[in-house]
Amino acid sequence: MIKKIYMYKRFERFWHWAQALLIFFLALTGFEVHGSYEIFGFKNAVVLHMYAGFMLIILIAFAIFWHFTTGEWRQYIPKTDKLRDQVRFYLVGIFKNESHPVEKTAEVKLNPLQRLTYLGYKILIIPVMVTTGLVYYYVAHGGIHLQSVKWIAILHTLGAFGLLSFTVIHVYMTTTGPRLTSHIKAMFTGYDEVEVKDK
Amino acid sequence: MKKNFFLTMALVGMTFCASTTALAGTADHSKFPELNKKFNKPEDVTRECLKCHNLAGKDIMKTSHWLWSRKTDKMPGRQGQMIEAGKKNIINNFCIALTSNEPRCTSCHIGYGWKDRNFDFTDESKIDCLVCHEQTGTYKKFPAGAGYPAPVRTLFPGNNQWYDPPDYTLVARNVGRPKRSNCGVCHFYGGGGDAVKHGALDSALGKPVKDVDVHMGTDGGNMVCVDCHVADRHDIKGQLYSVSSDNLDRLSCERCHTAKPHTQKLFVDSFEAKKEMGYDIFKNKLYERKKPDETFINRILDKHIDRISCQACHINLYSTQKTTKIWWDWSKAGELNAEGKPVKKKDKDGNIIYDGQKGEFRLAKNAIPEYRWFNGEVGHLLEGDKIDPSNVPVIINEASGACGAKDSKVWPFKIMRGIQPYDTETNMLIIPKLFGKKGSGAYWSDWDWQKASEAGMKAAGLPFSGKIGWIETEMNWPLTHLVLEKKKALSCNDCHSRESRLKNLEACWIPGRDRNLPLDILGMLAFFGAMAGVSVHGLVRYRKSGKQEE
Repeated sequence: MIKKIYMYKRFERFWHWAQALLIFFLALTGFEVHGSYEIFGFKNAVVLHMYAGFMLIILIAFAIFWHFTTGEWRQYIPKTDKLRDQVRFYLVGIFKNESHPVEKTAEVKLNPLQRLTYLGYKILIIPVMVTTGLVYYYVAHGGIHLQSVKWIAILHTLGAFGLLSFTVIHVYMTTTGPRLTSHIKAMFTGYDEVEVKDK
Repeated sequence: MKKNFFLTMALVGMTFCASTTALAGTADHSKFPELNKKFNKPEDVTRECLKCHNLAGKDIMKTSHWLWSRKTDKMPGRQGQMIEAGKKNIINNFCIALTSNEPRCTSCHIGYGWKDRNFDFTDESKIDCLVCHEQTGTYKKFPAGAGYPAPVRTLFPGNNQWYDPPDYTLVARNVGRPKRSNCGVCHFYGGGGDAVKHGALDSALGKPVKDVDVHMGTDGGNMVCVDCHVADRHDIKGQLYSVSSDNLDRLSCERCHTAKPHTQKLFVDSFEAKKEMGYDIFKNKLYERKKPDETFINRILDKHIDRISCQACHINLYSTQKTTKIWWDWSKAGELNAEGKPVKKKDKDGNIIYDGQKGEFRLAKNAIPEYRWFNGEVGHLLEGDKIDPSNVPVIINEASGACGAKDSKVWPFKIMRGIQPYDTETNMLIIPKLFGKKGSGAYWSDWDWQKASEAGMKAAGLPFSGKIGWIETEMNWPLTHLVLEKKKALSCNDCHSRESRLKNLEACWIPGRDRNLPLDILGMLAFFGAMAGVSVHGLVRYRKSGKQEE
């Protein structure tokens, strides 16, 4: 049976969409700075990328504060229990209309695979992007002197490609709820439709 | 409309003020009885000048304007070795070398009578004060007179023009601070004609608009040459690396514009600083210019100064007004017509592209500079230096510098390329005698490279085996004039793009130009792989779910 529960609080939803917009915009301007295409012009792309970058850093600061004050950070503690089942589900079970191996609740929002993914996102990709981004900024503005910005640029691009692929899978995964749009709607309204095992 | 009128009036006013200031001084030379007499030769004028300006002669004699060389122990490739190097003994790929061609080349010397190696550089009366200081525009040196004006009315066959002896009394009584035309009479016409050599220094700077040169533009800064090229006891600052070698007496934009020109006020306020700069900041009220905003971009532009010369962005194109030579192939010279005169061929715009006297030319106008690292030091080939014929093109004056190396910046260059003779036995670039009378061996009279090479090398005191080869050479001409205001300067994309102007520059990393190709390929594979993966996954889900519903 499908049940509606209040899953995402107001700040959480705001944080998610603001982050989504900023990252989309950072990718758009970032790959222009990278030289992949021309939309805003190099100069504007650089300026917009910087503004968006600093906005994202501020947002991340708020998000860290929120995670610690609400205890939500515990959601990301990695669990290996049922990790295999979760992987098997996406590879096999999902095609057989099996139900999700792990129940989604407001207290345990993430399945073991998501825990690992988002933990990696939070402690690896985001720190790498923020650090290399800041170094890049200070090299361009003065403050940090480097012989070459080459490896900073390469690392930053590597992270960008990582985020790009992540986003594709992330968006696709939203369709794996009870209905195709259940999870996307949930991120807007806060109310998620989840499967509850019939007793 | 009204605004425009006031603007025009203000400009007219400024121009007027500027010109009257230039004329004002503490002495009116036309009132000196010493100058109000008949002079028979130019040396008599000089003697009269030196009677009052009794230290000027000594000062002049130390300058490169007089010596056409500088002492240096910092020339790349010869560090620690004290040498004299300059126009008098370096080699170029225009008319190749001074030695044995003196009377023609030294028609632009600030002296009288440098017709061969025996010129007396200690004779003060041989200084030509007039060429730099006369204000009438009537004083002309004869093009093949070793620095002398024509003694009697003479025809110069090179340009088919008549040259009259100057009215020395008139010019001596009308002297003052050098005008653009004083400098230009030589510097605009280097290489034997307007704009031939420099690419960014030609008669267009005689009276440009600011869209040609923002400093000299009569509607812009309206500066004359010596506003920037200030002199300390006749030693004029600024040098050109086609003849100079070390980082000495160099002028820089930073002197006036500070090292952070995009965020600091353009001109230093203090009167002392103004005096030091030598430039009248009260002219055109430049001191009233506002401090630029500290925006992201302006700060980034300031940071560029670590690696990028001001000129690299603020000079967009070179030879924007006149046509300059970029290729000179001496090996093609020698085609004469039935009368024995050199054949001349012109392109559709009337520019000479072949001259039997000189060879084949390629010309450029509105040309995009080439960009190289440069730290202010240039190693030259001097007369008698050996070249490596297997390493073509031979670089005649190699600019030092590399990305990240001390003081190295990206500079815009006009690169002059050409083919010139060398001795295949001794591997020396040949110094040909080009100019001279029939029978002297001069190529332009006897049309024989053997004789010309023999005569030239003999005059230089160098051996010549008799075997002539032709070799491609390259010469670096850093560009520093034709500076444009920010609106007309390069934009970011000009360098920060795959089709960058710096495409061929070996650089540490230029965002937008550079990428790590394997990373890009892997990244795109990951992206499209993810797309394909989720598509297949979704498709299978869709088909399975359809089946189960059935």
